[in-house]
Amino acid sequence: MASVLGRYGRKWSLGCVSYHKNYLPRFSTVAHSAVPSEPIQQQQAGRSMNLYSAINQALHIALESDSRSYVFGEDVGFGGVFRCTTGLAERFGKHRVFNTPLCEQGIVGFAIGLAAMDNRAVAEIQFADYIFPAFDQIVNEAAKFRYRSGGQFNCGGLTIRAPYGAVGHGGHYHSQSPEAFFCHVPGIKVVIPRSPSQAKGLLLSSIRDQNPVVFFEPKWLYRLSVEEVPEHDYMLPLSEAEVIREGSDITLVGWGAQLSIMEQACIEAEKEGISCELIDLKTLIPWDKETVEASVSKTGRLLVSHEAPITGGFGAEISASIVERCFLRLEAPVSRVCGLDTPFPLVFEPFYMPNKNKILDAIRSTVNY
Amino acid sequence: MALSHLSSTRSNRFLRPLAAAAAAAAASSLCRPISTSTEPLVIETSIPFTPHKCEPPSRSVETNPQELLTFFRDMATMRRMEIAADSLYKAKLIRGFCHLYDGQEAVCVGMEASINKKDCIITAYRDHCTFLGRGGTLLEIFSELMGRQGGCSKGKGGSMHFYKKESGFYGGHGIVGAQVPLGCGLAFAQKYNKDENVTFALYGDGAANQGQLFEALNISALWDLPIILVCENNHYGMGTAEWRAAKSPSYYKRGDYVPGLKVDGMDVLAVKQACKFAKEHVLKNGPIILEMDTYRYHGHSMSDPGSTYRTRDEISGVRQERDPIERVRKLVLGHDLATEKELKDIEKEIRKEVDEAIAKAKESPMPEPSELFTNVYVKGFGTESFGADRKELRATLP
Repeated sequence: MASVLGRYGRKWSLGCVSYHKNYLPRFSTVAHSAVPSEPIQQQQAGRSMNLYSAINQALHIALESDSRSYVFGEDVGFGGVFRCTTGLAERFGKHRVFNTPLCEQGIVGFAIGLAAMDNRAVAEIQFADYIFPAFDQIVNEAAKFRYRSGGQFNCGGLTIRAPYGAVGHGGHYHSQSPEAFFCHVPGIKVVIPRSPSQAKGLLLSSIRDQNPVVFFEPKWLYRLSVEEVPEHDYMLPLSEAEVIREGSDITLVGWGAQLSIMEQACIEAEKEGISCELIDLKTLIPWDKETVEASVSKTGRLLVSHEAPITGGFGAEISASIVERCFLRLEAPVSRVCGLDTPFPLVFEPFYMPNKNKILDAIRSTVNY
Repeated sequence: MALSHLSSTRSNRFLRPLAAAAAAAAASSLCRPISTSTEPLVIETSIPFTPHKCEPPSRSVETNPQELLTFFRDMATMRRMEIAADSLYKAKLIRGFCHLYDGQEAVCVGMEASINKKDCIITAYRDHCTFLGRGGTLLEIFSELMGRQGGCSKGKGGSMHFYKKESGFYGGHGIVGAQVPLGCGLAFAQKYNKDENVTFALYGDGAANQGQLFEALNISALWDLPIILVCENNHYGMGTAEWRAAKSPSYYKRGDYVPGLKVDGMDVLAVKQACKFAKEHVLKNGPIILEMDTYRYHGHSMSDPGSTYRTRDEISGVRQERDPIERVRKLVLGHDLATEKELKDIEKEIRKEVDEAIAKAKESPMPEPSELFTNVYVKGFGTESFGADRKELRATLP
């Protein structure tokens, strides 16, 4: 039956991703980001671990390096429903790692207050689907605090972590990808990692960043994605996209768990002679327009893919911005292969999802436009 | 009076098999057959009600043998159904989420005994038994759990989203606490309709800490809405014990200016009495909070073993001392309304019914792929996607 088709393609391990640093110099749109970057190609011995272990390690490091940092949320004390917070309460004590009652609005409001007093608050929302009661706090309080106080106050120490995305059987309320709602809010950053080593570096950067960050973790990859992760404290720069696969015929842009699907499509397209360039956006706002622009200037074609519904999804912003910048260079309309415009379905998940074949079809039709 | 009215409005499907069992019992035993009498029987609840800003109802509950046996049958059906759902989940026929209600059956059965189908019930995701109580069939339940067309939500909702419009069952909600303001809205509509019906909005001890609950409570009290907020306190919000999540675990007092009543949720007669009292109360005085002190044997959901945050001794202790079905069994046997064997026969029959429903549900087909696009907006504003790159979306307007 339909559910058998599932997402078996997702077993792809992202362990063989290589890092390319040959793209144009950085962002000009970002105000300031005092985040030093340590390239992780250092010969530091890594340990093989999955996504939740990498995030766990990042949290351990974050709490260790700053005594005024706190991790809290529903059920984080025993390790959390996805084990991301195991060992934290035992190591740092119940005053720094604690459970909250079931109230997302309360959790985020509380976190903003803590951050406003120069602490680092890492609030966990158990599933991104539950973040909506806290939406008012994030949009109206966290994002605008610095602006409306003329720089006197800020909640830069705030980081909100939430597992997002489809998982094969999540249904309506355990599978949503709400990143687009938050990308519409100036004042916060939205960061989405694609793999364990990325997650650790990006999470540490997000926690230490001077701006409030909403950090979405692809729950599908918590156990499935395994790779070598360096054990030391390292940070990856925010607002820098990364070209994870070089190509010359078409540029594909994505983030999070969707990248593994796109990578499979790229490999299949390669067999047909289409050379695909794959970019991981990493930070959705403020996003690295220069890297994507440089890539599209090279290839002349763009395809964006995400799990969230197509209308109003972040792919629309990317498409509009790139068309503004690369209109004369584009050889074909920008293609968006995304979730359908329906609520996230239960049994129909395989039809809803932007899977490898849909992406492949789109690659072909864009290249043959 | 009210009771005979109640026993006649109950669906007859539970009573028909009793006559057959009665005949068999009469032939095989010396005892008189299963009682189907409607002679009133007064039974005291084991613990008194604890009131908050109101006069508690009396501990003496009027019932009758037929009703007690109906309670037994209904609760046993629910118990059997939940256990069957457990096995189906482990066999991967039910996927996604499955939150089981066994242990808490007395709450929905007692509630149904005191209200009618025009009253509305709205609850969160632990809704299989509530749906059954509202008149749902086992076939609809198992079909929906397995995501088939024969399900009550056409297979599109799943375990957490059961609805039954004809009986005023408004579901079935995934986001905890969100159903309470909705319930207050239902009560608001009922007040406009002036039809003397009420709404029961159920939520758990975890959801009791949601802000929207207090917002809804304030509005309901201000406008005197016929809403009864029922906190099904099974003492654990997922894995968090109530004392670790709530400053005041006396959920019936949380309403402050709204009266409340604490009820032994494992005693079906106490629940019935409380709901009857509550219905009369809200039609005159505005909202009331009922706290049902109950317990769930399974974990929060099928992925929760249920033993990491509580001891197995605690679970088996509650099972031995407070199990709702055992309580009714003791009452029935104690008042000589049926024999052990008859009750066992009822249970066997229920087992068979459940197995048949499962077999039939398995035959139901999965929903058509085109159903993915239906019911997004009203009346089939479906979207079709076609084209090599799936980019073209075409809408078919009604």
